[in-house]
Amino acid sequence: MRDVAIISAGMGSFGELWGLSLRDLFAEAALQAIESAKIDHLDAIYVGNMSAGGFVGQEHIGPLLADRIAMSGVPATRVESACASGGAALRCAFFEVASGASDLVLASGVEKMTDGADVTEVLAMAADQELEAYHGVTFPGLYAMIARAHMEAFGTTEEDLAWVAVKNHRHGALNPRAQFRREVTLEQVMGSSLVASPLRLLHCSPVSDGAAAVILCPLDQARKYTDRPVRILGSGAATAPMALADREDPARLGAVETAAARAYEMAGVGPEAIQLAEVHDCFSIAEICCIEALGLVEQGHGRCAAKSGLTALGGKVPVNTSGGLKSKGHPVGATGIAQAIEIFEQLRDEAGERQVKGARIGLAQNMGGSGASSVVHIFGRA
Amino acid sequence: MPSPRYWREVPSRLRLEGSKCTACGKVSYPARRRCPACRSADSEPVALSRTGRVVTSTVIHVAPADFTMEAPYAMAIVETPERARLMVQVVDCDPASVRPGTAVALEFRRIRKEGRSGILCYGYKGVPLD
Repeated sequence: MRDVAIISAGMGSFGELWGLSLRDLFAEAALQAIESAKIDHLDAIYVGNMSAGGFVGQEHIGPLLADRIAMSGVPATRVESACASGGAALRCAFFEVASGASDLVLASGVEKMTDGADVTEVLAMAADQELEAYHGVTFPGLYAMIARAHMEAFGTTEEDLAWVAVKNHRHGALNPRAQFRREVTLEQVMGSSLVASPLRLLHCSPVSDGAAAVILCPLDQARKYTDRPVRILGSGAATAPMALADREDPARLGAVETAAARAYEMAGVGPEAIQLAEVHDCFSIAEICCIEALGLVEQGHGRCAAKSGLTALGGKVPVNTSGGLKSKGHPVGATGIAQAIEIFEQLRDEAGERQVKGARIGLAQNMGGSGASSVVHIFGRA
Repeated sequence: MPSPRYWREVPSRLRLEGSKCTACGKVSYPARRRCPACRSADSEPVALSRTGRVVTSTVIHVAPADFTMEAPYAMAIVETPERARLMVQVVDCDPASVRPGTAVALEFRRIRKEGRSGILCYGYKGVPLD
């Protein structure tokens, strides 16, 4: 396999963007990436997208979106793994370049969530329809059950959950592209309305519109396009049983553990080498479970990481310097690419007030559903 | 829900039938062709007991459209004595009282009503034993 680098990125602000359609969002991000790399062609396009069908009634978005960026004719494929669609699209692009089949591949993600669809219903399609959704459980409900199991096993408290939101909003307040560019207090989080106990409104990532795109090429060609390419050191993916009831321990995210182990193996590094990470904090409990599954903290120690500052900017391993899904926003199909862009910019010293000084190796972890799929990428300065 | 699907799911949904792996003993619910634990293709049908214990739980405050009239309601993953696990609503109690360890009976109930013209969907709900 060839070594692969990211040479450019494109991403607009996330938010409730009523003025922009699915195709507008995609074009803004993709053209920004193309113009930044100063390229005039692509060999392939991958678009991470959970449910354009459910959200805006549009399927077959590969050719539609290729045409919108004047790339009709280029192979363009939509990749779906629920909220991990973006990470899965990046992984497809990575292997296409690594294999030698293509030299310039656009990996992107897009979701248009605020066009009037019943968002809770569409998102619930990523749960097991026969065993979970049938009985009236929601996505926040599934993560709430993970939270309850984590509380039982490790003594995690509602305050521990709230600290994750407080920390990520602090980070997001520094991110010009964040949906909620403001801080929240512990009292505000703990006093927000219940969604599915113990999870409250401010433990949950928002409904967002957004898109993100990166361009990949072989590492040995990357300096034609940029003097600061970022290398993809490792890519790992895994699945776990879809229904939460079928997982041996509901407090553990097995797909994340396995995906991480595979990414670490390919990269030839372990968790101790990771200097910053973007993890899938769709709900506050998810960040706690994910940093444990990634080995950034020991199993059961994730609960203290936000409060102690370990995972805050300035801490040992800053997590979600972008603001995470919580503050930056979570247009589900775009999230995996947006995570990669945060690491890309950090490793190029372009993260402004959020910059982690001297960062050389970073990780992005994307997750689908209640954790049935996960994709992990490890990036390094080239 | 299309009625063929509803009919198709009768063995698991209405009779609580699963499968037990004859190689390693793992119980799957609903039944599977291959054991998810050891991949053996040999299994026998097993009917689940109508009791169980809560593994983990939540109280849903923001409910899907078909369930808004019932909110807040408790949901739980319940493990039966056969070690099968299933997701159920837990009813006829204070929802906040449903916690890991709570013992429940599994009772045949109406689960949802699909609008004015859809079918009535049945299945099992948990009811605390104490």
